[in-house]
Amino acid sequence: MTFLGMPLLPSKRRSDLPGGQGNLIEAEAFPEASHQHLSNQQLRNNIGHATSTIREKRAEVVSELDDWEALRDAGEATKNEVMENLPEYLAQFEEAFTAAGGIIHWARDADEANAIVTELVEDNAPVLESGRREVIKVKSMATQEIGLNEHLETQGIDAFETDLAELIVQLGEDKPSHILVPAIHRNRDEIREIFMDKMPDAGELTNEPAVLAEAARKHLRHKFLTTKVAISGANFGIAETGTLGVVESEGNGRMCLTLPETLITVMGIEKLLPKFADLEVFMQLLPRSSTGERMNPYTSFWTGRSEGDGPQNVHLVLLDNGRTRALADEHGRTALNCIRCSACMNVCPVYERTGGHAYGSTYPGPIGAILSPLLTGVEEQGNGSLPYASSLCGACYDVCPVKINIPEILVHLRNEDVKANHSPVSSQLDAALTGASWMMGDGKRMTAAEKGLPLAHKVTGGEQINSLPGIAGAWTSSRDIPALPEKSFRQQWAEEEADRREEEGEK
Amino acid sequence: MRIALFATCIVDAMYPEVAQATVRVLRRLGHEVIFPEGQSCCGQMHINSGKFAQAEPVIANHVRAFTDTEWDVAVAPSASCVASLGHQQPMVARRMGNDVLASEAADVADRTYELTQFLTDVQGVTDAAADLGSYFPHRVTYHPSCHGMRLLRLGDRQSSLVRSVEGIDFVELPLADSCCGFGGTFSVKNPEVSSAMLADKVRTIQATNADVCTGGDASCLLHIGGGISRFERTGSFDGAPDVTAVHVKETSSTDAQGHTTEKLTTVVGADDDHHLTPGEQGTSPVEPSRSQSGFRVGQAAVHLARILASTKEDPLRVPSEGAEVSGGSLR
Repeated sequence: MTFLGMPLLPSKRRSDLPGGQGNLIEAEAFPEASHQHLSNQQLRNNIGHATSTIREKRAEVVSELDDWEALRDAGEATKNEVMENLPEYLAQFEEAFTAAGGIIHWARDADEANAIVTELVEDNAPVLESGRREVIKVKSMATQEIGLNEHLETQGIDAFETDLAELIVQLGEDKPSHILVPAIHRNRDEIREIFMDKMPDAGELTNEPAVLAEAARKHLRHKFLTTKVAISGANFGIAETGTLGVVESEGNGRMCLTLPETLITVMGIEKLLPKFADLEVFMQLLPRSSTGERMNPYTSFWTGRSEGDGPQNVHLVLLDNGRTRALADEHGRTALNCIRCSACMNVCPVYERTGGHAYGSTYPGPIGAILSPLLTGVEEQGNGSLPYASSLCGACYDVCPVKINIPEILVHLRNEDVKANHSPVSSQLDAALTGASWMMGDGKRMTAAEKGLPLAHKVTGGEQINSLPGIAGAWTSSRDIPALPEKSFRQQWAEEEADRREEEGEK
Repeated sequence: MRIALFATCIVDAMYPEVAQATVRVLRRLGHEVIFPEGQSCCGQMHINSGKFAQAEPVIANHVRAFTDTEWDVAVAPSASCVASLGHQQPMVARRMGNDVLASEAADVADRTYELTQFLTDVQGVTDAAADLGSYFPHRVTYHPSCHGMRLLRLGDRQSSLVRSVEGIDFVELPLADSCCGFGGTFSVKNPEVSSAMLADKVRTIQATNADVCTGGDASCLLHIGGGISRFERTGSFDGAPDVTAVHVKETSSTDAQGHTTEKLTTVVGADDDHHLTPGEQGTSPVEPSRSQSGFRVGQAAVHLARILASTKEDPLRVPSEGAEVSGGSLR
């Protein structure tokens, strides 16, 4: 029997399950990582402009549907059902996929997945005159997550991204900063420069979108027609039929999915839906949430192989890479319901100002702030600063098409981080919170503490506070603090109550 | 009705006048107001910092304080704290293995209302001028705080009540539903991102030319008021002249008497047409668009309880009248 890596044994602790590897871990803590991006005004303008445009489009097409909330409920219920019975659905999917002529490979983590794909490429792609092999790629978060392109490069294999935005990122030797619009941080002038610099036969280009798109189109056409192996991700896997699906806007994905001889798909094990009919709900939720379109231009489904039509070798790598670990977290597992629409990033005020690179992971924004730590395990690994990269404003939860309660999971992960006690030396903030807990754990202590207000009022001369030392300096670096009152409300109340009783006594 | 006031820690210790205003409004409707003395805080600060173990005694204290005395409903001038009671306290108590506390906390939360929620849903107040005698003849804009908007689903309860105050000149706040960046300890743990969010919020408020920005949460108003004060005092949030996304241009117009007046207009936000060039950054520092001396915190950001409590007999005054924001006692 196939090992599914599922937490079947009740005694199995979450921390014993393997954590995800690859591009999931923050290189530096979020406050520091966001520092340089905050001061990059060009990046903030590009992102602010793009997210507000998509945000408005999304709101418009969502408002057209009377049953949007019912669709969200249905989406949530279906994904919960999948997660509750994932081993059964995976087994069903494997059987149907294999019966249709496909071959399934199971990968516990990024290293295993990369090794499997490398071997498949070596078996199916010829060595070119350059001494290297080539593959074309459909935009895929799973392969970004495992760092497939970088791995293939070390194995003598060049992977060509065919999605326009991924191509911009790849040619710019950059990283994606948004899961739907990977080059969201670039404007058209920057793209023109990248193309003229990195496309050998591009010639002179203007910064017109049509001109830039045409250059990319010419650049890619030859690859589509000559490359033997394509690598894709998948938006959905249907357990009932063994079908895979890719949803895209440009059609370049469909070229990759149909023209080469061999198709290798890498898909996270959480991407399953029980039945083909479930797509009715998800094909309404996904395009509206992600691009603000009623329907995306290209949707491709394939079920195994068809003799004489399309790829004749069809492989699927089913990827765990920390997903069973996330699934074992009862308070965080709904993060796996994510269908990668990116609506949460487009509404997030933090993402809007820092961009995606500050999150240090393939998955940026609110979903990244919970998904990355859940996949790697916040308990003993990195990613400890990501759950704090949110003001908990809740905008992400409101737009999530499958109703992932991101703010609540953020708070849960903060608690996990606190329990893991990453920094044994208490920070000033921790010390202040500890003191506040003691004080606020009893109203009498609070009353006593507030008796200090007249003194504090005097010390500050009844003036507002414009600068404080230590951790509070982070606050006063950009904000003033009001003058402290002479008396707290409870003191005023107590005095007025005493006066009232005295008056009544005199009567 | 016998109403238990939950003042919240921040109002109790920093903005007693907001609690006083709340009491006045409730008494004006004929209610008896009591103040459960054992109260301190809802625990949100600890919960949102992930410190569930430290939050538990704070939650227990709140439940104890509000079950010690008899009351019909509890009212708090804070959507965030009321949301914490209902959404977070039972969850944390359960996570700490304290199911009894969880159910007691849920009971208290069920009977606790945010001020405008109580006025609208329980009292049926739709016209603050008629029902409460509220009078505030000033230009006011309104920031709906995230937790009221998204956790309590207050909808237009707050803005409708503010609009119905006699004499008020209500002006919509652009991008009102964006977070001000406070987020409790978020503003300390990610101070730079928080400042960037605050800066945008303050710019939109300034662009409305309102005398005050109101809202229902003292914590957000502390943040916004602190930002306005800093900006008005120094023309900057961090010591450097503010040039980030503000485009300031001077426009002249001619008034009825034929005099040309200089007017400072702030264009908020930046799009492709408004990218600031380095030259602009160097030559066009933002001038504080209001008073030379600068606002004090709490003058430009005023809790809506104080506006609702303001009457012709006991008006709340704003700085443009040459006085600091003042007025209001328990009586």
